[in-house]
Amino acid sequence: MAYEKPLPLVNEESRPFWEGCKRHQLVLQHCRDCGAYVYYPRALCKACHSDRLHWEPVSGEGTIYSYTVCHRPAGPAFKGDVPYVVALIELKEGPRMLSNIVTDDPESVRIGQVVRVTFDDVTEEITLPKFVAIG
Amino acid sequence: MANNGREPVIVGVADAPLQDGMVPDGQNPLQIQAHAARRALAEAGLRFEDVDGLLTAGTWGIPGPGNLMALTVGEYLGIRPVFMDGTQIGGSSFEAHVAHASLALQAGYCEVALITYGSTQRSQRARSLAGRGESLTLQYESPFGLPTPVGAYAMAAQRHMHEFGTTSEQLAEIAVATRKWAALNPAATLRDPLTLANVLASPMIASPLHLLDCCLVTDGGGAVVMTTAERARDLKSRPIHVRGYGETLTHATIASMPDLTLTGAERSGRIAMEMAGVTHGEIDVVEIYDSFTITVLLTLEALGFCARGEGGAFVSGQRTAPGGDFPLNTNGGGLSYAHPGMYGLFVLIEAVRQLRGESGERQVPDAGIALAHGTGGVLSSTCTCILSRD
Repeated sequence: MAYEKPLPLVNEESRPFWEGCKRHQLVLQHCRDCGAYVYYPRALCKACHSDRLHWEPVSGEGTIYSYTVCHRPAGPAFKGDVPYVVALIELKEGPRMLSNIVTDDPESVRIGQVVRVTFDDVTEEITLPKFVAIG
Repeated sequence: MANNGREPVIVGVADAPLQDGMVPDGQNPLQIQAHAARRALAEAGLRFEDVDGLLTAGTWGIPGPGNLMALTVGEYLGIRPVFMDGTQIGGSSFEAHVAHASLALQAGYCEVALITYGSTQRSQRARSLAGRGESLTLQYESPFGLPTPVGAYAMAAQRHMHEFGTTSEQLAEIAVATRKWAALNPAATLRDPLTLANVLASPMIASPLHLLDCCLVTDGGGAVVMTTAERARDLKSRPIHVRGYGETLTHATIASMPDLTLTGAERSGRIAMEMAGVTHGEIDVVEIYDSFTITVLLTLEALGFCARGEGGAFVSGQRTAPGGDFPLNTNGGGLSYAHPGMYGLFVLIEAVRQLRGESGERQVPDAGIALAHGTGGVLSSTCTCILSRD
Protein backbone atom coordinates (compact mmCIF):
# COMPACT_ATOMS: atom_id res chain seq x y z
CA MET A 1 0.00 0.00 0.00
CA ALA A 2 1.28 3.44 -0.88
CA TYR A 3 2.59 5.57 1.97
CA GLU A 4 0.17 8.51 2.25
CA LYS A 5 1.57 10.58 5.10
CA PRO A 6 3.55 13.75 4.45
CA LEU A 7 7.15 13.15 3.40
CA PRO A 8 10.00 15.61 3.74
CA LEU A 9 10.70 17.65 0.64
CA VAL A 10 14.45 17.07 0.64
CA ASN A 11 16.66 19.92 -0.54
CA GLU A 12 20.45 20.28 -0.81
CA GLU A 13 20.64 21.70 2.70
CA SER A 14 18.74 18.82 4.30
CA ARG A 15 20.05 15.99 2.11
CA PRO A 16 22.90 14.90 4.44
CA PHE A 17 20.45 14.58 7.33
CA TRP A 18 17.96 12.45 5.38
CA GLU A 19 20.72 10.41 3.75
CA GLY A 20 22.06 9.67 7.24
CA CYS A 21 18.63 8.47 8.30
CA LYS A 22 18.48 6.26 5.22
CA ARG A 23 21.63 4.44 6.32
CA HIS A 24 20.25 4.38 9.90
CA GLN A 25 22.63 6.92 11.28
CA LEU A 26 21.61 10.15 13.01
CA VAL A 27 23.84 13.01 11.86
CA LEU A 28 23.70 16.65 12.92
CA GLN A 29 25.52 19.77 11.88
CA HIS A 30 28.35 20.68 14.26
CA CYS A 31 29.97 24.12 14.51
CA ARG A 32 33.76 24.16 14.20
CA ASP A 33 33.88 27.58 15.86
CA CYS A 34 31.69 27.31 18.98
CA GLY A 35 31.14 23.55 19.19
CA ALA A 36 27.34 23.75 19.15
CA TYR A 37 25.28 21.06 17.47
CA VAL A 38 22.60 22.43 15.17
CA TYR A 39 19.20 20.99 14.26
CA TYR A 40 17.42 21.54 11.95
CA PRO A 41 20.17 22.04 9.33
CA ARG A 42 20.88 25.62 8.32
CA ALA A 43 23.40 27.89 6.64
CA LEU A 44 24.75 29.48 9.82
CA CYS A 45 25.31 28.14 13.32
CA LYS A 46 22.26 28.83 15.48
CA ALA A 47 24.48 29.83 18.41
CA CYS A 48 27.29 31.93 16.90
CA HIS A 49 26.28 32.43 13.22
CA SER A 50 29.50 30.92 11.95
CA ASP A 51 29.27 29.25 8.54
CA ARG A 52 31.85 26.60 9.52
CA LEU A 53 29.34 23.80 9.96
CA HIS A 54 30.08 20.19 9.18
CA TRP A 55 28.11 16.97 9.57
CA GLU A 56 28.82 14.57 12.43
CA PRO A 57 27.24 11.35 13.64
CA VAL A 58 25.65 11.75 17.08
CA SER A 59 24.62 9.38 19.85
CA GLY A 60 20.96 9.10 18.92
CA GLU A 61 20.10 9.30 22.61
CA GLY A 62 18.15 11.90 24.49
CA THR A 63 15.31 12.57 26.91
CA ILE A 64 11.68 13.47 26.37
CA TYR A 65 11.31 17.23 26.94
CA SER A 66 7.56 17.16 26.29
CA TYR A 67 5.00 15.11 24.39
CA THR A 68 1.35 14.80 23.51
CA VAL A 69 -0.82 11.77 22.92
CA CYS A 70 -2.75 12.62 19.76
CA HIS A 71 -6.33 11.41 19.89
CA ARG A 72 -7.28 13.37 16.77
CA PRO A 73 -5.06 12.80 13.75
CA ALA A 74 -3.08 15.41 11.86
CA GLY A 75 -5.21 14.82 8.79
CA PRO A 76 -6.72 11.64 7.31
CA ALA A 77 -3.36 9.96 6.66
CA PHE A 78 -2.74 9.58 10.40
CA LYS A 79 -6.27 8.41 11.23
CA GLY A 80 -5.32 4.78 11.59
CA ASP A 81 -2.56 5.60 14.08
CA VAL A 82 -4.53 7.26 16.90
CA PRO A 83 -3.70 7.40 19.70
CA TYR A 84 -0.09 8.14 18.78
CA VAL A 85 2.68 10.06 20.51
CA VAL A 86 4.42 13.15 19.16
CA ALA A 87 7.30 14.33 21.33
CA LEU A 88 10.12 16.82 21.60
CA ILE A 89 13.32 14.93 22.26
CA GLU A 90 16.21 16.78 23.84
CA LEU A 91 19.21 15.10 22.25
CA LYS A 92 22.32 14.45 24.35
CA GLU A 93 24.18 16.84 22.08
CA GLY A 94 21.73 19.67 22.87
CA PRO A 95 19.21 20.34 20.10
CA ARG A 96 15.55 19.42 20.37
CA MET A 97 13.98 17.26 17.68
CA LEU A 98 10.30 16.72 16.98
CA SER A 99 9.50 13.07 16.35
CA ASN A 100 7.35 10.14 17.43
CA ILE A 101 7.74 7.84 20.40
CA VAL A 102 7.17 4.30 19.15
CA THR A 103 5.17 2.45 21.82
CA ASP A 104 2.25 0.10 22.29
CA ASP A 105 1.27 2.02 25.39
CA PRO A 106 1.02 5.78 24.74
CA GLU A 107 -0.17 6.39 28.30
CA SER A 108 3.16 5.11 29.66
CA VAL A 109 5.16 7.92 28.06
CA ARG A 110 6.61 10.46 30.51
CA ILE A 111 8.63 13.66 30.36
CA GLY A 112 12.23 12.90 31.30
CA GLN A 113 12.24 9.36 29.90
CA VAL A 114 15.48 8.35 28.25
CA VAL A 115 14.98 7.48 24.58
CA ARG A 116 17.05 6.17 21.69
CA VAL A 117 16.60 6.70 17.97
CA THR A 118 15.08 3.99 15.81
CA PHE A 119 14.70 4.24 12.07
CA ASP A 120 11.46 3.77 10.17
CA ASP A 121 12.00 3.07 6.45
CA VAL A 122 8.68 4.49 5.32
CA THR A 123 9.44 4.51 1.57
CA GLU A 124 12.26 3.47 -0.75
CA GLU A 125 13.75 6.95 -0.50
CA ILE A 126 12.80 8.20 2.94
CA THR A 127 13.60 6.94 6.42
CA LEU A 128 12.17 8.79 9.43
CA PRO A 129 14.06 8.99 12.74
CA LYS A 130 11.76 7.98 15.58
CA PHE A 131 12.45 7.17 19.22
CA VAL A 132 11.84 4.39 21.75
CA ALA A 133 12.06 4.59 25.52
CA ILE A 134 15.06 2.74 26.96
CA GLY A 135 14.74 3.86 30.59
CA MET B 1 5.32 59.80 23.68
CA ALA B 2 5.53 63.31 22.27
CA ASN B 3 2.42 65.36 22.90
CA ASN B 4 2.17 67.07 19.53
CA GLY B 5 -1.36 66.11 18.51
CA ARG B 6 -0.13 63.13 16.50
CA GLU B 7 -0.59 60.59 19.31
CA PRO B 8 -2.27 57.50 17.85
CA VAL B 9 -5.91 56.82 18.71
CA ILE B 10 -8.50 54.23 17.73
CA VAL B 11 -11.69 55.89 16.48
CA GLY B 12 -13.64 53.01 14.96
CA VAL B 13 -14.15 49.29 15.47
CA ALA B 14 -16.49 46.72 13.95
CA ASP B 15 -16.83 42.95 14.00
CA ALA B 16 -18.84 40.88 11.54
CA PRO B 17 -22.15 39.57 12.92
CA LEU B 18 -22.29 35.77 12.97
CA GLN B 19 -25.13 33.24 12.97
CA ASP B 20 -24.10 29.97 14.60
CA GLY B 21 -20.51 30.95 13.98
CA MET B 22 -21.03 31.69 10.30
CA VAL B 23 -21.30 34.86 8.24
CA PRO B 24 -24.69 35.35 6.55
CA ASP B 25 -25.44 35.12 2.83
CA GLY B 26 -22.35 33.12 1.94
CA GLN B 27 -20.17 36.20 2.18
CA ASN B 28 -16.55 35.86 1.14
CA PRO B 29 -13.58 37.28 3.11
CA LEU B 30 -13.45 40.45 0.99
CA GLN B 31 -17.14 41.20 1.47
CA ILE B 32 -16.76 40.69 5.21
CA GLN B 33 -13.90 43.18 5.31
CA ALA B 34 -15.72 45.76 3.20
CA HIS B 35 -18.81 45.72 5.44
CA ALA B 36 -16.74 45.84 8.62
CA ALA B 37 -14.55 48.66 7.31
CA ARG B 38 -17.58 50.73 6.37
CA ARG B 39 -19.10 50.30 9.82
CA ALA B 40 -15.84 51.06 11.63
CA LEU B 41 -15.31 54.21 9.54
CA ALA B 42 -18.93 55.27 10.10
CA GLU B 43 -18.44 55.19 13.87
CA ALA B 44 -15.93 58.00 13.45
CA GLY B 45 -17.78 59.76 10.65
CA LEU B 46 -14.94 58.99 8.26
CA ARG B 47 -15.22 57.92 4.62
CA PHE B 48 -13.16 55.47 2.57
CA GLU B 49 -11.70 58.53 0.79
CA ASP B 50 -10.10 59.55 4.09
CA VAL B 51 -8.18 56.27 4.46
CA ASP B 52 -4.52 56.60 3.47
CA GLY B 53 -3.09 53.69 5.47
CA LEU B 54 -4.07 50.03 5.01
CA LEU B 55 -2.98 47.12 7.19
CA THR B 56 -4.36 43.63 6.70
CA ALA B 57 -3.64 39.98 7.35
CA GLY B 58 -5.46 36.72 6.76
CA THR B 59 -5.18 33.27 5.29
CA TRP B 60 -7.68 33.52 2.43
CA GLY B 61 -6.91 33.29 -1.27
CA ILE B 62 -3.53 31.55 -0.92
CA PRO B 63 -2.26 30.59 -3.42
CA GLY B 64 -4.02 33.33 -5.38
CA PRO B 65 -4.97 36.94 -4.65
CA GLY B 66 -4.20 36.50 -0.95
CA ASN B 67 -0.50 36.28 -1.81
CA LEU B 68 -0.65 40.04 -2.35
CA MET B 69 -3.20 40.61 0.37
CA ALA B 70 -2.92 44.35 1.01
CA LEU B 71 -3.05 45.02 -2.73
CA THR B 72 -6.14 42.89 -3.17
CA VAL B 73 -7.94 44.44 -0.20
CA GLY B 74 -6.96 47.96 -1.26
CA GLU B 75 -8.21 47.39 -4.80
CA TYR B 76 -11.44 45.74 -3.62
CA LEU B 77 -12.17 48.60 -1.21
CA GLY B 78 -11.30 51.19 -3.87
CA ILE B 79 -8.68 53.00 -1.83
CA ARG B 80 -5.18 54.17 -2.72
CA PRO B 81 -3.17 54.20 0.50
CA VAL B 82 0.28 55.75 0.90
CA PHE B 83 1.12 53.34 3.73
CA MET B 84 0.63 49.57 3.45
CA ASP B 85 1.45 46.80 5.89
CA GLY B 86 0.76 43.14 5.25
CA THR B 87 2.55 41.91 8.35
CA GLN B 88 1.54 38.27 8.77
CA ILE B 89 2.82 36.81 12.04
CA GLY B 90 -0.27 34.75 12.84
CA GLY B 91 -3.03 35.72 15.24
CA SER B 92 -1.01 38.53 16.77
CA SER B 93 -0.70 40.33 13.42
CA PHE B 94 -3.35 42.91 14.27
CA GLU B 95 -1.66 44.05 17.47
CA ALA B 96 1.47 44.49 15.35
CA HIS B 97 -0.64 46.46 12.87
CA VAL B 98 -1.72 48.80 15.69
CA ALA B 99 1.93 49.24 16.62
CA HIS B 100 3.03 49.92 13.04
CA ALA B 101 0.09 52.23 12.34
CA SER B 102 0.91 54.15 15.52
CA LEU B 103 4.46 54.69 14.31
CA ALA B 104 3.25 55.79 10.87
CA LEU B 105 0.68 58.19 12.34
CA GLN B 106 3.17 59.71 14.75
CA ALA B 107 5.71 60.12 11.97
CA GLY B 108 3.19 61.87 9.74
CA TYR B 109 3.41 59.06 7.18
CA CYS B 110 -0.37 58.69 7.08
CA GLU B 111 -3.49 60.27 8.64
CA VAL B 112 -6.16 57.56 8.77
CA ALA B 113 -5.17 53.90 9.04
CA LEU B 114 -7.57 51.03 8.42
CA ILE B 115 -6.87 47.52 9.77
CA THR B 116 -8.98 44.68 8.31
CA TYR B 117 -9.47 40.94 8.59
CA GLY B 118 -11.95 38.43 7.18
CA SER B 119 -12.30 34.66 7.31
CA THR B 120 -14.81 32.06 6.17
CA GLN B 121 -12.98 29.02 7.53
CA ARG B 122 -16.16 27.62 9.15
CA SER B 123 -18.56 27.93 6.25
CA GLN B 124 -15.89 26.68 3.86
CA ARG B 125 -14.84 23.94 6.31
CA ALA B 126 -11.29 25.10 5.77
CA ARG B 127 -9.97 24.29 9.23
CA SER B 128 -7.77 21.24 9.23
CA LEU B 129 -5.38 19.76 11.75
CA ALA B 130 -3.25 18.52 8.86
CA GLY B 131 -1.06 21.53 9.26
CA ARG B 132 1.25 22.88 6.70
CA GLY B 133 3.37 21.82 3.77
CA GLU B 134 6.48 19.72 4.05
CA SER B 135 9.01 22.04 2.46
CA LEU B 136 11.91 23.92 4.04
CA THR B 137 11.64 24.08 7.84
CA LEU B 138 8.45 22.01 7.93
CA GLN B 139 10.10 18.92 6.44
CA TYR B 140 11.31 18.22 9.99
CA GLU B 141 7.81 18.43 11.49
CA SER B 142 5.01 17.43 9.08
CA PRO B 143 6.11 13.78 8.61
CA PHE B 144 5.53 13.07 12.32
CA GLY B 145 1.84 13.94 12.46
CA LEU B 146 1.74 16.79 14.94
CA PRO B 147 -1.86 18.08 14.80
CA THR B 148 -1.45 21.77 14.11
CA PRO B 149 -1.68 23.97 16.05
CA VAL B 150 -3.25 22.06 18.96
CA GLY B 151 -0.43 19.53 19.36
CA ALA B 152 2.17 22.23 19.96
CA TYR B 153 0.04 23.92 22.61
CA ALA B 154 -0.62 20.53 24.16
CA MET B 155 3.11 19.93 24.55
CA ALA B 156 3.46 23.32 26.25
CA ALA B 157 0.63 22.39 28.63
CA GLN B 158 2.21 19.01 29.34
CA ARG B 159 5.52 20.67 30.14
CA HIS B 160 3.83 23.26 32.39
CA MET B 161 2.08 20.48 34.32
CA HIS B 162 5.40 18.65 34.66
CA GLU B 163 7.35 21.66 35.90
CA PHE B 164 4.75 23.35 38.09
CA GLY B 165 2.06 20.80 38.93
CA THR B 166 -0.60 22.66 36.95
CA THR B 167 -3.80 20.62 36.58
CA SER B 168 -6.46 20.09 33.92
CA GLU B 169 -8.97 21.50 36.44
CA GLN B 170 -7.02 24.76 36.57
CA LEU B 171 -7.01 25.00 32.77
CA ALA B 172 -10.73 24.26 32.77
CA GLU B 173 -11.30 27.22 35.12
CA ILE B 174 -10.34 29.47 32.21
CA ALA B 175 -12.83 27.86 29.81
CA VAL B 176 -15.64 28.08 32.37
CA ALA B 177 -14.95 31.71 33.29
CA THR B 178 -14.73 32.71 29.65
CA ARG B 179 -18.09 31.07 28.93
CA LYS B 180 -19.65 33.15 31.72
CA TRP B 181 -18.52 36.30 29.91
CA ALA B 182 -19.91 34.92 26.63
CA ALA B 183 -23.28 34.43 28.35
CA LEU B 184 -23.33 38.23 28.82
CA ASN B 185 -22.47 38.93 25.17
CA PRO B 186 -25.39 38.58 22.72
CA ALA B 187 -22.90 38.32 19.82
CA ALA B 188 -21.09 35.30 21.27
CA THR B 189 -21.39 31.96 19.47
CA LEU B 190 -21.61 29.69 22.55
CA ARG B 191 -23.49 31.06 25.57
CA ASP B 192 -24.80 28.01 27.45
CA PRO B 193 -23.35 27.52 30.94
CA LEU B 194 -20.30 25.30 31.24
CA THR B 195 -18.91 23.48 34.28
CA LEU B 196 -15.42 22.27 35.12
CA ALA B 197 -16.79 18.72 34.84
CA ASN B 198 -18.06 19.45 31.30
CA VAL B 199 -14.60 20.55 30.22
CA LEU B 200 -12.87 17.56 31.80
CA ALA B 201 -15.42 15.14 30.31
CA SER B 202 -15.09 16.54 26.79
CA PRO B 203 -13.10 14.38 24.35
CA MET B 204 -9.33 14.44 24.59
CA ILE B 205 -7.89 16.04 21.44
CA ALA B 206 -4.16 16.11 22.15
CA SER B 207 -3.32 15.30 25.74
CA PRO B 208 -3.63 17.08 28.08
CA LEU B 209 -5.96 19.37 26.09
CA HIS B 210 -9.65 18.47 25.88
CA LEU B 211 -12.06 19.69 23.23
CA LEU B 212 -13.32 22.44 25.54
CA ASP B 213 -9.76 23.65 26.16
CA CYS B 214 -9.72 24.58 22.46
CA CYS B 215 -11.04 27.66 20.70
CA LEU B 216 -14.07 27.55 18.44
CA VAL B 217 -13.88 27.21 14.69
CA THR B 218 -15.98 30.02 13.21
CA ASP B 219 -16.08 32.58 10.42
CA GLY B 220 -15.55 36.19 11.27
CA GLY B 221 -13.86 39.43 10.55
CA GLY B 222 -13.63 43.02 11.53
CA ALA B 223 -11.97 46.36 11.19
CA VAL B 224 -10.18 48.93 13.33
CA VAL B 225 -9.72 52.57 12.32
CA MET B 226 -6.90 54.69 13.72
CA THR B 227 -5.95 58.33 13.38
CA THR B 228 -4.17 61.05 15.35
CA ALA B 229 -5.49 62.66 18.54
CA GLU B 230 -5.69 65.98 16.71
CA ARG B 231 -7.76 64.60 13.83
CA ALA B 232 -9.97 62.74 16.30
CA ARG B 233 -11.16 65.99 17.86
CA ASP B 234 -13.42 66.58 14.85
CA LEU B 235 -14.72 63.01 14.69
CA LYS B 236 -17.93 61.48 16.05
CA SER B 237 -16.55 58.67 18.22
CA ARG B 238 -14.73 58.84 21.54
CA PRO B 239 -11.03 58.24 20.76
CA ILE B 240 -9.24 55.47 22.61
CA HIS B 241 -5.53 56.13 23.07
CA VAL B 242 -2.78 53.71 22.09
CA ARG B 243 -0.29 54.22 24.93
CA GLY B 244 2.15 51.42 24.33
CA TYR B 245 2.95 48.45 22.13
CA GLY B 246 5.56 45.74 21.80
CA GLU B 247 6.12 42.74 19.55
CA THR B 248 8.54 39.84 19.33
CA LEU B 249 9.04 36.29 18.12
CA THR B 250 10.69 33.37 19.84
CA HIS B 251 10.44 30.68 17.15
CA ALA B 252 8.24 29.42 14.31
CA THR B 253 8.21 25.63 14.77
CA ILE B 254 7.58 24.28 18.25
CA ALA B 255 10.85 22.32 18.40
CA SER B 256 12.68 25.65 18.30
CA MET B 257 10.79 27.30 21.17
CA PRO B 258 13.52 28.02 23.73
CA ASP B 259 11.36 27.29 26.78
CA LEU B 260 7.89 25.77 26.38
CA THR B 261 6.56 27.50 29.49
CA LEU B 262 7.76 31.04 28.73
CA THR B 263 6.28 32.97 25.80
CA GLY B 264 7.50 36.12 24.12
CA ALA B 265 4.81 38.00 26.08
CA GLU B 266 7.49 38.42 28.73
CA ARG B 267 9.27 40.72 26.29
CA SER B 268 6.47 42.26 24.23
CA GLY B 269 4.49 42.97 27.39
CA ARG B 270 7.42 44.63 29.15
CA ILE B 271 8.14 46.82 26.10
CA ALA B 272 4.48 47.87 25.84
CA MET B 273 4.00 48.57 29.55
CA GLU B 274 7.23 50.55 29.82
CA MET B 275 6.26 52.64 26.80
CA ALA B 276 2.84 53.29 28.32
CA GLY B 277 4.26 53.90 31.78
CA VAL B 278 1.64 51.67 33.41
CA THR B 279 1.98 49.01 36.09
CA HIS B 280 -0.01 45.79 36.41
CA GLY B 281 -2.22 47.19 39.16
CA GLU B 282 -3.34 50.08 36.97
CA ILE B 283 -4.79 47.85 34.25
CA ASP B 284 -8.58 47.49 34.59
CA VAL B 285 -9.39 44.94 31.91
CA VAL B 286 -7.28 42.34 30.12
CA GLU B 287 -8.00 40.80 26.72
CA ILE B 288 -5.66 37.90 25.91
CA TYR B 289 -5.69 35.72 22.81
CA ASP B 290 -7.19 32.42 24.00
CA SER B 291 -6.55 29.92 21.23
CA PHE B 292 -6.39 27.34 24.02
CA THR B 293 -6.76 27.56 27.79
CA ILE B 294 -3.01 27.02 28.16
CA THR B 295 -2.34 30.06 25.96
CA VAL B 296 -4.07 32.26 28.53
CA LEU B 297 -2.27 30.73 31.49
CA LEU B 298 1.18 31.05 29.88
CA THR B 299 0.44 34.62 28.79
CA LEU B 300 -0.72 35.74 32.25
CA GLU B 301 2.56 34.46 33.68
CA ALA B 302 4.75 35.89 30.94
CA LEU B 303 3.07 39.30 31.18
CA GLY B 304 3.86 39.28 34.89
CA PHE B 305 0.33 39.26 36.32
CA CYS B 306 1.55 36.33 38.41
CA ALA B 307 4.84 34.56 38.94
CA ARG B 308 6.00 31.78 36.63
CA GLY B 309 4.32 28.53 37.55
CA GLU B 310 1.57 30.25 39.50
CA GLY B 311 -0.87 30.67 36.63
CA GLY B 312 -2.94 27.69 37.73
CA ALA B 313 -3.48 29.09 41.21
CA PHE B 314 -4.06 32.56 39.75
CA VAL B 315 -7.05 31.53 37.62
CA SER B 316 -8.59 29.22 40.25
CA GLY B 317 -11.85 30.00 41.98
CA GLN B 318 -13.26 31.68 38.86
CA ARG B 319 -11.11 34.73 39.47
CA THR B 320 -11.31 35.80 35.82
CA ALA B 321 -15.11 35.40 35.53
CA PRO B 322 -17.69 38.21 35.73
CA GLY B 323 -17.65 39.44 39.33
CA GLY B 324 -14.11 38.10 39.89
CA ASP B 325 -11.27 40.46 40.66
CA PHE B 326 -9.49 40.00 37.30
CA PRO B 327 -11.83 40.68 34.34
CA LEU B 328 -10.39 38.69 31.42
CA ASN B 329 -11.62 38.07 27.88
CA THR B 330 -14.85 39.89 28.52
CA ASN B 331 -16.40 39.21 25.09
CA GLY B 332 -16.25 35.45 25.63
CA GLY B 333 -12.92 35.04 23.86
CA GLY B 334 -11.86 32.66 21.15
CA LEU B 335 -13.13 29.91 23.42
CA SER B 336 -16.77 31.02 23.30
CA TYR B 337 -17.29 34.22 21.25
CA ALA B 338 -15.67 33.41 17.90
CA HIS B 339 -12.40 32.18 16.45
CA PRO B 340 -12.03 32.65 12.70
CA GLY B 341 -8.39 31.49 12.68
CA MET B 342 -6.60 34.74 13.53
CA TYR B 343 -8.42 36.00 16.60
CA GLY B 344 -6.09 38.89 17.49
CA LEU B 345 -8.29 41.59 15.98
CA PHE B 346 -11.07 40.83 18.45
CA VAL B 347 -9.06 41.44 21.61
CA LEU B 348 -8.49 44.97 20.29
CA ILE B 349 -12.17 45.49 19.41
CA GLU B 350 -13.35 44.32 22.83
CA ALA B 351 -10.74 46.40 24.67
CA VAL B 352 -11.94 49.51 22.80
CA ARG B 353 -15.58 48.79 23.61
CA GLN B 354 -14.78 48.28 27.29
CA LEU B 355 -12.85 51.56 27.43
CA ARG B 356 -15.69 53.39 25.68
CA GLY B 357 -18.07 51.95 28.28
CA GLU B 358 -20.38 50.40 25.69
CA SER B 359 -20.11 46.70 26.61
CA GLY B 360 -23.58 46.44 28.11
CA GLU B 361 -24.12 43.65 30.60
CA ARG B 362 -20.48 42.63 30.45
CA GLN B 363 -19.13 46.15 31.03
CA VAL B 364 -16.28 46.34 33.54
CA PRO B 365 -17.14 49.34 35.74
CA ASP B 366 -15.04 52.43 35.05
CA ALA B 367 -12.56 50.67 32.76
CA GLY B 368 -9.80 53.19 32.09
CA ILE B 369 -6.81 51.14 30.94
CA ALA B 370 -6.87 47.89 28.95
CA LEU B 371 -4.24 45.42 27.85
CA ALA B 372 -4.82 43.63 24.53
CA HIS B 373 -2.49 40.78 23.69
CA GLY B 374 -2.10 38.61 20.63
CA THR B 375 -0.28 35.30 20.16
CA GLY B 376 0.51 33.93 16.70
CA GLY B 377 1.62 30.64 15.25
CA VAL B 378 2.39 28.03 17.90
CA LEU B 379 3.18 30.43 20.77
CA SER B 380 5.59 31.86 18.19
CA SER B 381 4.89 35.58 17.97
CA THR B 382 3.46 37.80 20.66
CA CYS B 383 2.33 41.40 20.51
CA THR B 384 0.95 43.53 23.33
CA CYS B 385 -0.96 46.83 23.19
CA ILE B 386 -1.86 49.13 26.08
CA LEU B 387 -4.97 51.22 25.41
CA SER B 388 -6.52 53.93 27.55
CA ARG B 389 -9.73 55.94 27.77
CA ASP B 390 -8.04 59.21 28.72
